[in-house]
Amino acid sequence: MAMLEIKNVTRRFGDFSAVENVSLSIESGEFFTLLGPSGCGKTTILRMLAGFDLPDAGQILLDGKDMVDTPPEKRPVRTVFQNYALFPHMTVAQNVAFPLKMARIPAAVQRKQLQEALEQVHLTDKAAAYPHELSGGQKQRVALARGLVSRPRLLLLDEPLGALDAKLREEMQVDLINLQRDVGITFVFVTHAQVEALALSHRIAVMRAGKVEQVDEPSRLYSAPCNRFVADFIGHINLLDASVLQAAHGHHVHLDIAGLGEVLAPPHVGLASGGKGYFAIRPEQVRIGVHEEVRELKNHFSATVQQFLYRGDVTVYKVRLDNGMVLEALLPNAAPGRARLFEVGDTVSVGWRHDAGVFLVA
Amino acid sequence: MRRGWRLWAAALSVYAFLYLPLAVVVVYSFNDSRLNAEWIGFTLRWYEVLLHDREMLLAAGNSLFIALVSSLAATLLGTMAGMAMHRYRIRMLAFMVLTPVAMPEILLGVSLLLFFIQVLNLTLGMLSIVLAHITFSIGFVAVIVRARLAGVEESLFEAARDCGASQWQTFRHITLPLILPAVVAGGLMAFTLSIDDFVITFFTAGVGVQTLPLRIYSMIKIAVTPEVNAVSTLLMLLTLTLIVLASRFAPDALKGKA
Ligand SMILES: Nc1ncnc2c1ncn2[C@@H]1O[C@H](COP(=O)(O)OP(=O)(O)O)[C@@H](O)[C@H]1O
Ligand SMILES: [Mg+2]
Repeated sequence: MAMLEIKNVTRRFGDFSAVENVSLSIESGEFFTLLGPSGCGKTTILRMLAGFDLPDAGQILLDGKDMVDTPPEKRPVRTVFQNYALFPHMTVAQNVAFPLKMARIPAAVQRKQLQEALEQVHLTDKAAAYPHELSGGQKQRVALARGLVSRPRLLLLDEPLGALDAKLREEMQVDLINLQRDVGITFVFVTHAQVEALALSHRIAVMRAGKVEQVDEPSRLYSAPCNRFVADFIGHINLLDASVLQAAHGHHVHLDIAGLGEVLAPPHVGLASGGKGYFAIRPEQVRIGVHEEVRELKNHFSATVQQFLYRGDVTVYKVRLDNGMVLEALLPNAAPGRARLFEVGDTVSVGWRHDAGVFLVA
Repeated sequence: MRRGWRLWAAALSVYAFLYLPLAVVVVYSFNDSRLNAEWIGFTLRWYEVLLHDREMLLAAGNSLFIALVSSLAATLLGTMAGMAMHRYRIRMLAFMVLTPVAMPEILLGVSLLLFFIQVLNLTLGMLSIVLAHITFSIGFVAVIVRARLAGVEESLFEAARDCGASQWQTFRHITLPLILPAVVAGGLMAFTLSIDDFVITFFTAGVGVQTLPLRIYSMIKIAVTPEVNAVSTLLMLLTLTLIVLASRFAPDALKGKA
């Protein structure tokens, strides 16, 4: 049995379902992320886990125990709030030690655990500072230390990196991964930033309008999204109108892309010949090049370069296929200088491996 | 520049209008003459007279006692009312707490008088004055406390409970320290209001009890003596001190926010 079971949970505000029939099971020690656009119900789920809100239907089981009658202060759950919610009249040490004080832990043990928590977030030298004397990243780390200090079963983090600037956010991501691994506490992390979710999580639940669309490991989610919404939300993706020619044929399926012809795609359960949908392929899986090397690929077509964007690490090409559709392709700039191998108007070959991409039912 | 000069002149005359009468009272309290007519010379005589005026001392003692008791009670009740107003946001509640603040004093005085005599059957005296002062002070404390609470991040209270604090512990460790400056400012305000209240006290005092403002009034009915000037000066000094103290706490109330 999973450590945390969310069973058919629904939360309504008036007629509006902020969370609708959500079921998730989260394992002990997992870094689990709720990912979805703003307003899809992520915070509402966290608030029900913390005990600030109760489901209208369904159950939340922690270690097999129904949490419905347990008030927030009695749950072995801590929250890292988006705005940090540090107590302004307390020092860093007092903030971090607050959960220990409330639990009436003996003073000597308190000191030891406080020290440990401050070391974990590299804030030992700021113990006597007040929150208003800290930078955003430091406040963030105090909030983390306060969440971890009393060893909760579950740590909830609501967009904790949202207020930090890009560079700091990346540093904190690394810190978070290490911290979670070191303390071994189960994290439920909320974000609307897919890059962050992919980088941090063991598993991700993609949410949309109160419902869970897909739960998977980051790499599975990225390479095998279950529908168009997930495919579109996680990174960039090319979507081509397609229909199934031949559902199961050895290691691949045959698809017909409108106005382009036949392509091979990885096999997919539950496909029926004649089914309509989209063929989805990531830009970095699309190769463009001189004709010979690309023509060795099973799926290849000719196209015209329409536009390119130099981004430093990669160049993004937009190429127009003969059927009029525009595909995005990424070319890494491995060699020094500009790797714009093609100019606007060049005729090129584009192709992709037969095990790349995925067919999504419309 | 010319405009600046005019502004200064306007401001100066407004301040003169406000403070000149007060200055006159202070100056004449040191005047060595029975009459408030011309400056004769400096003296502390009138303050000495005050010290030996038993009735005046009794009135001052009463005033201090009433102010202390009523401001303490009003602070407690007003803080609770302010918190309730913040928490529940019920218009009717806010309306009921704040009405005594806006109500004409004379109306409040008359209605309290009728209430004490006809409904409670209370003999007017110390108790009725204290109750009346509590009534009109609660609203002021409540407003100040509520304003402070409105500036406190709501998630702090959730964070406290999240950290394992019970409702009472949340109040003791988070809410109270955060609103304390407002509570103190409100209490000082209530004390100030009580010590120089005349109208409501006049209606609810009955015959037995004199307060400082009542005593001054009864002296003035005969003549504005230098002794009245002296006691007014002292009252002014006390009030000013309290106002300065109260406003000292107000900026402090913002410090914790950053
Ligand atoms: N207390 C509430 N009353 C009414 N609607 C709410 C309340 N809390 C959240 N909602 C609504 O529920 C939806 C989901 O909110 P939330 O869980 O905060 O989204 P997210 O955290 O994913 O951005 C939003 O449309 C929001 O307006
Ligand atoms: Mg949210």
